[in-house]
Amino acid sequence: MTTLLALFWRDLRRAWGSGALWLPVLFFLLVATAFPFAVGPDAPLLRRAGGGMVWVAALLAALLPIDRLVRPDRDAGVLDQLAVRGIADEVIAAVKILAHAIAFGLPLMIALFPAAALLAQDAARVEVLAAGIAIAIPALASLAVLSAALTAGLKGGSAIGGLLVLPLAVPLLIFGAGMLDPSGRGAIKLLGAASLLLTMIGPFAAAAAMRGLRE
Amino acid sequence: MSALLRLDGVACIRGDRLLFEHLSLALEPGEALWLRGPNGAGKSSLIRLAAGLLRAAAGTVERRGRCALIDEASALDAELPLRRALDFWARIDTVDGHAVDRAMAAMALVPLSDVPVAMLSTGQRKRAAMVRVIASGAPIWLLDEPANGMDDAAQARLVAAIAAHRANGGAVLLASHFALGIGDLAELNMGALA
Repeated sequence: MTTLLALFWRDLRRAWGSGALWLPVLFFLLVATAFPFAVGPDAPLLRRAGGGMVWVAALLAALLPIDRLVRPDRDAGVLDQLAVRGIADEVIAAVKILAHAIAFGLPLMIALFPAAALLAQDAARVEVLAAGIAIAIPALASLAVLSAALTAGLKGGSAIGGLLVLPLAVPLLIFGAGMLDPSGRGAIKLLGAASLLLTMIGPFAAAAAMRGLRE
Repeated sequence: MSALLRLDGVACIRGDRLLFEHLSLALEPGEALWLRGPNGAGKSSLIRLAAGLLRAAAGTVERRGRCALIDEASALDAELPLRRALDFWARIDTVDGHAVDRAMAAMALVPLSDVPVAMLSTGQRKRAAMVRVIASGAPIWLLDEPANGMDDAAQARLVAAIAAHRANGGAVLLASHFALGIGDLAELNMGALA
Protein backbone atom coordinates (compact mmCIF):
# COMPACT_ATOMS: atom_id res chain seq x y z
CA MET A 1 0.00 0.00 0.00
CA THR A 2 2.85 2.41 0.83
CA THR A 3 4.33 1.34 -2.48
CA LEU A 4 1.17 2.25 -4.39
CA LEU A 5 0.88 5.59 -2.59
CA ALA A 6 4.53 6.39 -3.26
CA LEU A 7 4.07 5.61 -6.96
CA PHE A 8 0.86 7.63 -7.13
CA TRP A 9 2.32 10.73 -5.45
CA ARG A 10 5.39 10.57 -7.64
CA ASP A 11 3.30 10.51 -10.82
CA LEU A 12 1.10 13.34 -9.56
CA ARG A 13 4.10 15.41 -8.47
CA ARG A 14 5.80 14.94 -11.83
CA ALA A 15 2.59 15.82 -13.69
CA TRP A 16 2.01 19.03 -11.75
CA GLY A 17 5.48 19.94 -10.55
CA SER A 18 6.95 20.76 -13.93
CA GLY A 19 4.27 23.33 -14.74
CA ALA A 20 2.89 20.80 -17.19
CA LEU A 21 -0.41 20.95 -15.32
CA TRP A 22 -1.54 23.89 -17.39
CA LEU A 23 -0.48 22.64 -20.80
CA PRO A 24 -3.49 20.41 -21.61
CA VAL A 25 -5.81 22.97 -20.00
CA LEU A 26 -4.34 25.85 -22.00
CA PHE A 27 -4.63 23.77 -25.15
CA PHE A 28 -8.25 23.01 -24.33
CA LEU A 29 -9.03 26.70 -23.78
CA LEU A 30 -7.09 27.63 -26.90
CA VAL A 31 -9.35 25.44 -29.06
CA ALA A 32 -12.44 26.87 -27.38
CA THR A 33 -11.16 30.40 -28.02
CA ALA A 34 -10.12 29.79 -31.62
CA PHE A 35 -13.28 28.00 -32.69
CA PRO A 36 -15.66 31.04 -32.49
CA PHE A 37 -13.17 33.09 -34.52
CA ALA A 38 -13.05 30.38 -37.18
CA VAL A 39 -16.79 29.80 -37.61
CA GLY A 40 -17.91 33.37 -36.89
CA PRO A 41 -19.91 34.83 -34.02
CA ASP A 42 -23.21 33.21 -35.00
CA ALA A 43 -24.57 32.16 -31.57
CA PRO A 44 -27.06 29.46 -32.71
CA LEU A 45 -24.41 27.81 -34.88
CA LEU A 46 -21.84 27.99 -32.06
CA ARG A 47 -24.36 26.48 -29.65
CA ARG A 48 -25.03 23.54 -31.99
CA ALA A 49 -21.40 22.82 -32.94
CA GLY A 50 -19.66 23.94 -29.75
CA GLY A 51 -20.58 20.91 -27.64
CA GLY A 52 -18.93 18.54 -30.07
CA MET A 53 -15.91 20.83 -30.24
CA VAL A 54 -15.53 20.58 -26.45
CA TRP A 55 -15.38 16.81 -26.77
CA VAL A 56 -12.76 16.88 -29.52
CA ALA A 57 -10.66 19.35 -27.52
CA ALA A 58 -10.92 17.20 -24.37
CA LEU A 59 -9.73 14.11 -26.26
CA LEU A 60 -6.78 15.93 -27.80
CA ALA A 61 -5.90 17.53 -24.46
CA ALA A 62 -5.79 14.09 -22.84
CA LEU A 63 -3.38 12.85 -25.50
CA LEU A 64 -1.15 15.94 -25.39
CA PRO A 65 1.19 14.82 -22.56
CA ILE A 66 1.64 11.19 -23.65
CA ASP A 67 5.38 11.53 -24.24
CA ARG A 68 5.79 12.42 -20.56
CA LEU A 69 3.77 9.54 -19.11
CA VAL A 70 5.90 6.43 -19.71
CA ARG A 71 9.00 7.24 -21.77
CA PRO A 72 10.94 9.22 -19.09
CA ASP A 73 10.40 6.40 -16.58
CA ARG A 74 11.64 3.87 -19.08
CA ASP A 75 14.70 5.94 -20.05
CA ALA A 76 15.64 6.64 -16.42
CA GLY A 77 15.42 2.95 -15.55
CA VAL A 78 12.54 3.48 -13.13
CA LEU A 79 10.38 0.82 -14.83
CA ASP A 80 13.26 -1.69 -14.62
CA GLN A 81 13.81 -0.96 -10.93
CA LEU A 82 10.10 -1.44 -10.22
CA ALA A 83 10.07 -4.69 -12.19
CA VAL A 84 13.09 -5.99 -10.21
CA ARG A 85 11.03 -5.40 -7.07
CA GLY A 86 8.31 -7.66 -8.45
CA ILE A 87 5.71 -4.91 -8.85
CA ALA A 88 3.32 -5.99 -11.59
CA ASP A 89 3.24 -3.87 -14.74
CA GLU A 90 -0.56 -3.87 -14.47
CA VAL A 91 -0.31 -2.17 -11.07
CA ILE A 92 2.14 0.44 -12.38
CA ALA A 93 -0.11 1.13 -15.39
CA ALA A 94 -3.23 1.37 -13.21
CA VAL A 95 -1.50 3.85 -10.88
CA LYS A 96 -0.36 5.89 -13.87
CA ILE A 97 -3.92 5.96 -15.25
CA LEU A 98 -5.34 7.08 -11.90
CA ALA A 99 -2.68 9.78 -11.51
CA HIS A 100 -3.20 11.03 -15.08
CA ALA A 101 -7.00 11.04 -14.61
CA ILE A 102 -6.59 13.30 -11.59
CA ALA A 103 -3.65 15.36 -12.86
CA PHE A 104 -5.38 16.20 -16.12
CA GLY A 105 -9.04 15.55 -15.29
CA LEU A 106 -9.44 17.98 -12.39
CA PRO A 107 -8.04 21.05 -14.20
CA LEU A 108 -9.98 20.04 -17.33
CA MET A 109 -13.27 20.02 -15.41
CA ILE A 110 -12.52 23.52 -14.17
CA ALA A 111 -11.51 24.74 -17.63
CA LEU A 112 -14.71 23.27 -19.04
CA PHE A 113 -16.79 26.17 -17.70
CA PRO A 114 -14.96 29.06 -19.40
CA ALA A 115 -14.63 26.92 -22.55
CA ALA A 116 -18.38 26.25 -22.61
CA ALA A 117 -19.07 29.96 -22.14
CA LEU A 118 -16.80 30.82 -25.07
CA LEU A 119 -18.75 28.35 -27.21
CA ALA A 120 -22.14 29.84 -26.26
CA GLN A 121 -23.35 26.78 -24.35
CA ASP A 122 -26.29 27.45 -22.01
CA ALA A 123 -26.54 26.15 -18.44
CA ALA A 124 -28.43 23.00 -19.35
CA ARG A 125 -25.86 22.01 -21.98
CA VAL A 126 -22.95 22.81 -19.66
CA GLU A 127 -24.44 20.39 -17.12
CA VAL A 128 -24.67 17.64 -19.74
CA LEU A 129 -21.12 18.37 -20.96
CA ALA A 130 -19.68 18.33 -17.43
CA ALA A 131 -21.41 15.03 -16.61
CA GLY A 132 -20.28 13.45 -19.87
CA ILE A 133 -16.65 14.56 -19.59
CA ALA A 134 -16.49 13.50 -15.94
CA ILE A 135 -17.66 10.02 -17.02
CA ALA A 136 -15.15 9.91 -19.87
CA ILE A 137 -12.06 11.16 -17.97
CA PRO A 138 -10.97 7.71 -16.66
CA ALA A 139 -11.25 6.31 -20.19
CA LEU A 140 -9.35 9.25 -21.70
CA ALA A 141 -6.57 8.79 -19.10
CA SER A 142 -6.53 5.07 -19.82
CA LEU A 143 -6.14 5.66 -23.56
CA ALA A 144 -3.39 8.23 -22.96
CA VAL A 145 -1.34 5.86 -20.78
CA LEU A 146 -1.92 3.02 -23.25
CA SER A 147 -0.67 5.04 -26.21
CA ALA A 148 2.22 6.36 -24.09
CA ALA A 149 3.28 2.78 -23.27
CA LEU A 150 2.88 1.66 -26.89
CA THR A 151 5.03 4.49 -28.24
CA ALA A 152 7.63 4.74 -25.43
CA GLY A 153 10.12 2.65 -27.40
CA LEU A 154 9.79 4.67 -30.62
CA LYS A 155 11.71 7.81 -31.48
CA GLY A 156 9.23 10.63 -32.05
CA GLY A 157 6.53 8.10 -31.23
CA SER A 158 4.17 10.49 -29.51
CA ALA A 159 3.07 11.83 -32.88
CA ILE A 160 1.55 8.50 -33.86
CA GLY A 161 0.27 7.86 -30.32
CA GLY A 162 -2.87 9.82 -31.05
CA LEU A 163 -3.53 7.90 -34.25
CA LEU A 164 -3.14 4.58 -32.43
CA VAL A 165 -5.90 5.20 -29.93
CA LEU A 166 -8.22 7.28 -32.11
CA PRO A 167 -10.40 4.29 -33.12
CA LEU A 168 -10.82 3.41 -29.44
CA ALA A 169 -11.78 6.98 -28.60
CA VAL A 170 -14.50 7.22 -31.27
CA PRO A 171 -17.24 5.62 -29.09
CA LEU A 172 -16.53 8.20 -26.38
CA LEU A 173 -16.94 11.01 -28.88
CA ILE A 174 -20.14 9.57 -30.40
CA PHE A 175 -21.88 8.88 -27.10
CA GLY A 176 -20.48 11.92 -25.32
CA ALA A 177 -21.55 14.36 -28.01
CA GLY A 178 -24.74 12.31 -28.42
CA MET A 179 -25.74 13.22 -24.87
CA LEU A 180 -26.19 16.81 -26.09
CA ASP A 181 -28.86 15.77 -28.58
CA PRO A 182 -32.33 15.99 -26.97
CA SER A 183 -33.24 12.64 -28.55
CA GLY A 184 -30.07 10.94 -27.21
CA ARG A 185 -31.48 9.71 -23.89
CA GLY A 186 -29.60 6.43 -23.81
CA ALA A 187 -26.28 8.05 -24.70
CA ILE A 188 -25.17 8.56 -21.09
CA LYS A 189 -25.51 4.83 -20.38
CA LEU A 190 -23.61 3.91 -23.52
CA LEU A 191 -20.95 6.47 -22.67
CA GLY A 192 -20.67 4.98 -19.18
CA ALA A 193 -20.33 1.47 -20.64
CA ALA A 194 -17.70 2.57 -23.19
CA SER A 195 -15.77 4.45 -20.50
CA LEU A 196 -15.86 1.48 -18.13
CA LEU A 197 -14.67 -0.90 -20.82
CA LEU A 198 -11.78 1.33 -21.94
CA THR A 199 -10.76 2.02 -18.33
CA MET A 200 -10.65 -1.70 -17.59
CA ILE A 201 -8.71 -2.58 -20.75
CA GLY A 202 -6.12 0.18 -20.19
CA PRO A 203 -3.98 -1.28 -17.37
CA PHE A 204 -3.69 -4.71 -19.01
CA ALA A 205 -2.96 -3.44 -22.51
CA ALA A 206 -0.47 -0.84 -21.22
CA ALA A 207 1.23 -3.49 -19.05
CA ALA A 208 1.66 -5.76 -22.07
CA ALA A 209 3.27 -2.86 -23.94
CA MET A 210 5.56 -2.11 -20.95
CA ARG A 211 6.70 -5.75 -20.83
CA GLY A 212 7.53 -5.45 -24.51
CA LEU A 213 9.76 -2.46 -23.74
CA ARG A 214 12.09 -4.65 -21.68
CA GLU A 215 12.79 -7.23 -24.35
CA MET B 1 19.69 -25.80 -2.07
CA SER B 2 20.64 -22.82 0.05
CA ALA B 3 21.78 -20.80 -2.96
CA LEU B 4 20.31 -17.29 -3.08
CA LEU B 5 20.67 -17.16 -6.84
CA ARG B 6 20.88 -20.14 -9.15
CA LEU B 7 21.10 -20.16 -12.94
CA ASP B 8 20.86 -23.53 -14.58
CA GLY B 9 21.74 -24.19 -18.24
CA VAL B 10 20.80 -20.66 -19.22
CA ALA B 11 20.98 -19.38 -22.79
CA CYS B 12 20.52 -15.77 -23.87
CA ILE B 13 19.62 -14.54 -27.34
CA ARG B 14 19.68 -10.80 -28.12
CA GLY B 15 18.37 -9.88 -31.53
CA ASP B 16 19.51 -12.77 -33.72
CA ARG B 17 22.74 -13.34 -31.81
CA LEU B 18 23.34 -16.10 -29.29
CA LEU B 19 25.30 -14.43 -26.47
CA PHE B 20 25.87 -17.54 -24.36
CA GLU B 21 24.34 -20.92 -23.64
CA HIS B 22 24.64 -23.76 -21.10
CA LEU B 23 25.61 -21.22 -18.47
CA SER B 24 25.14 -22.37 -14.89
CA LEU B 25 26.08 -20.59 -11.70
CA ALA B 26 25.00 -20.54 -8.08
CA LEU B 27 25.59 -17.92 -5.40
CA GLU B 28 25.43 -19.06 -1.77
CA PRO B 29 25.08 -16.55 1.08
CA GLY B 30 28.35 -14.66 1.48
CA GLU B 31 29.54 -15.45 -2.04
CA ALA B 32 30.39 -13.05 -4.81
CA LEU B 33 31.02 -13.68 -8.49
CA TRP B 34 32.84 -11.34 -10.85
CA LEU B 35 31.59 -11.44 -14.43
CA ARG B 36 34.46 -10.25 -16.60
CA GLY B 37 35.04 -10.05 -20.29
CA PRO B 38 35.16 -7.62 -23.19
CA ASN B 39 32.34 -5.28 -24.24
CA GLY B 40 29.44 -7.16 -25.76
CA ALA B 41 30.31 -10.46 -24.08
CA GLY B 42 26.88 -10.52 -22.40
CA LYS B 43 27.74 -9.34 -18.88
CA SER B 44 24.86 -6.88 -18.71
CA SER B 45 22.46 -9.34 -20.32
CA LEU B 46 23.36 -11.94 -17.72
CA ILE B 47 22.72 -9.40 -14.94
CA ARG B 48 19.33 -8.53 -16.45
CA LEU B 49 18.55 -12.22 -16.80
CA ALA B 50 19.36 -12.77 -13.14
CA ALA B 51 17.18 -9.78 -12.23
CA GLY B 52 14.24 -11.23 -14.16
CA LEU B 53 14.19 -8.33 -16.63
CA LEU B 54 15.06 -10.62 -19.55
CA ARG B 55 13.65 -14.05 -20.25
CA ALA B 56 16.14 -16.84 -20.70
CA ALA B 57 15.88 -18.54 -24.11
CA ALA B 58 16.61 -21.81 -22.30
CA GLY B 59 17.30 -22.92 -18.76
CA THR B 60 16.00 -21.70 -15.42
CA VAL B 61 16.72 -18.76 -13.11
CA GLU B 62 15.86 -19.13 -9.41
CA ARG B 63 16.05 -16.37 -6.85
CA ARG B 64 15.52 -16.83 -3.14
CA GLY B 65 14.89 -13.38 -1.74
CA ARG B 66 14.73 -9.90 -3.16
CA CYS B 67 17.18 -8.40 -5.64
CA ALA B 68 18.76 -4.97 -5.75
CA LEU B 69 20.04 -3.83 -9.14
CA ILE B 70 22.47 -1.22 -10.43
CA ASP B 71 22.58 -0.66 -14.17
CA GLU B 72 23.55 2.24 -16.41
CA ALA B 73 20.39 4.21 -15.52
CA SER B 74 20.25 5.75 -12.06
CA ALA B 75 16.41 5.79 -11.84
CA LEU B 76 16.55 8.85 -9.58
CA ASP B 77 14.25 11.78 -10.39
CA ALA B 78 16.59 14.45 -11.75
CA GLU B 79 14.55 17.40 -10.44
CA LEU B 80 14.51 16.23 -6.81
CA PRO B 81 17.13 16.78 -4.10
CA LEU B 82 19.19 13.60 -3.72
CA ARG B 83 17.76 12.68 -0.33
CA ARG B 84 14.14 12.95 -1.50
CA ALA B 85 14.89 10.95 -4.64
CA LEU B 86 16.39 8.19 -2.47
CA ASP B 87 13.50 8.40 0.00
CA PHE B 88 11.10 7.54 -2.82
CA TRP B 89 12.87 4.20 -3.28
CA ALA B 90 13.02 3.67 0.47
CA ARG B 91 9.23 3.93 0.52
CA ILE B 92 8.95 1.52 -2.42
CA ASP B 93 11.28 -0.90 -0.58
CA THR B 94 9.39 -0.22 2.69
CA VAL B 95 12.57 0.50 4.62
CA ASP B 96 12.83 3.38 7.12
CA GLY B 97 14.86 6.57 6.86
CA HIS B 98 17.63 5.23 9.13
CA ALA B 99 18.56 2.64 6.52
CA VAL B 100 18.98 5.48 4.00
CA ASP B 101 20.98 7.52 6.57
CA ARG B 102 23.39 4.64 7.15
CA ALA B 103 23.75 3.88 3.45
CA MET B 104 24.39 7.55 2.63
CA ALA B 105 27.07 7.66 5.31
CA ALA B 106 28.61 4.48 3.90
CA MET B 107 28.91 6.07 0.46
CA ALA B 108 29.88 9.53 1.86
CA LEU B 109 26.88 11.26 0.26
CA VAL B 110 25.43 12.99 3.35
CA PRO B 111 26.87 16.43 2.36
CA LEU B 112 25.05 16.18 -0.99
CA SER B 113 21.60 15.44 0.50
CA ASP B 114 20.05 18.70 -0.70
CA VAL B 115 21.70 18.83 -4.12
CA PRO B 116 19.33 18.10 -7.05
CA VAL B 117 20.13 14.81 -8.75
CA ALA B 118 20.53 16.66 -12.07
CA MET B 119 23.58 18.48 -10.64
CA LEU B 120 25.42 15.31 -9.59
CA SER B 121 28.37 13.92 -11.53
CA THR B 122 28.42 10.44 -13.04
CA GLY B 123 30.39 9.01 -10.13
CA GLN B 124 28.17 10.69 -7.56
CA ARG B 125 25.10 9.26 -9.29
CA LYS B 126 26.64 5.79 -9.18
CA ARG B 127 27.26 6.26 -5.45
CA ALA B 128 23.62 7.33 -5.05
CA ALA B 129 22.46 4.20 -6.89
CA MET B 130 24.69 2.22 -4.53
CA VAL B 131 22.94 3.89 -1.57
CA ARG B 132 19.64 2.56 -2.90
CA VAL B 133 21.10 -0.93 -3.17
CA ILE B 134 22.55 -0.85 0.36
CA ALA B 135 19.41 0.66 1.91
CA SER B 136 17.05 -1.80 0.18
CA GLY B 137 18.14 -4.63 2.48
CA ALA B 138 17.84 -7.09 -0.42
CA PRO B 139 20.01 -10.20 0.00
CA ILE B 140 20.93 -10.46 -3.70
CA TRP B 141 22.95 -7.62 -5.20
CA LEU B 142 23.19 -7.41 -8.99
CA LEU B 143 25.77 -4.77 -9.84
CA ASP B 144 26.37 -3.89 -13.48
CA GLU B 145 29.52 -1.74 -13.74
CA PRO B 146 28.92 -0.14 -10.32
CA ALA B 147 32.33 1.57 -10.26
CA ASN B 148 31.98 3.45 -13.57
CA GLY B 149 32.92 7.08 -12.99
CA MET B 150 33.84 6.49 -9.35
CA ASP B 151 37.10 7.89 -7.99
CA ASP B 152 39.51 5.77 -5.91
CA ALA B 153 37.96 6.77 -2.57
CA ALA B 154 34.46 5.92 -3.78
CA GLN B 155 35.68 2.58 -5.17
CA ALA B 156 37.16 1.75 -1.78
CA ARG B 157 33.80 2.50 -0.18
CA LEU B 158 32.07 0.29 -2.76
CA VAL B 159 34.47 -2.57 -2.01
CA ALA B 160 33.86 -2.10 1.72
CA ALA B 161 30.08 -2.12 1.21
CA ILE B 162 30.30 -5.35 -0.79
CA ALA B 163 32.45 -6.94 1.94
CA ALA B 164 29.96 -5.87 4.64
CA HIS B 165 27.06 -7.25 2.61
CA ARG B 166 28.80 -10.61 2.18
CA ALA B 167 29.63 -10.72 5.89
CA ASN B 168 25.89 -10.31 6.54
CA GLY B 169 25.08 -13.34 4.38
CA GLY B 170 24.29 -11.53 1.15
CA ALA B 171 25.33 -12.55 -2.34
CA VAL B 172 26.80 -10.33 -5.04
CA LEU B 173 26.85 -10.77 -8.80
CA LEU B 174 29.21 -8.15 -10.17
CA ALA B 175 29.80 -7.25 -13.80
CA SER B 176 32.86 -5.14 -14.40
CA HIS B 177 35.46 -4.88 -17.12
CA PHE B 178 38.19 -4.11 -14.58
CA ALA B 179 39.21 -5.60 -11.24
CA LEU B 180 37.98 -3.71 -8.18
CA GLY B 181 40.36 -5.30 -5.69
CA ILE B 182 37.78 -7.38 -3.89
CA GLY B 183 39.28 -10.24 -1.90
CA ASP B 184 38.09 -13.86 -2.16
CA LEU B 185 36.25 -13.38 -5.43
CA ALA B 186 35.18 -16.08 -7.88
CA GLU B 187 35.48 -15.19 -11.56
CA LEU B 188 33.48 -16.03 -14.65
CA ASN B 189 35.16 -14.95 -17.88
CA MET B 190 32.27 -14.24 -20.27
CA GLY B 191 34.70 -13.70 -23.13
CA ALA B 192 35.72 -17.35 -22.99
CA LEU B 193 32.13 -18.58 -23.37
CA ALA B 194 31.44 -17.34 -26.88
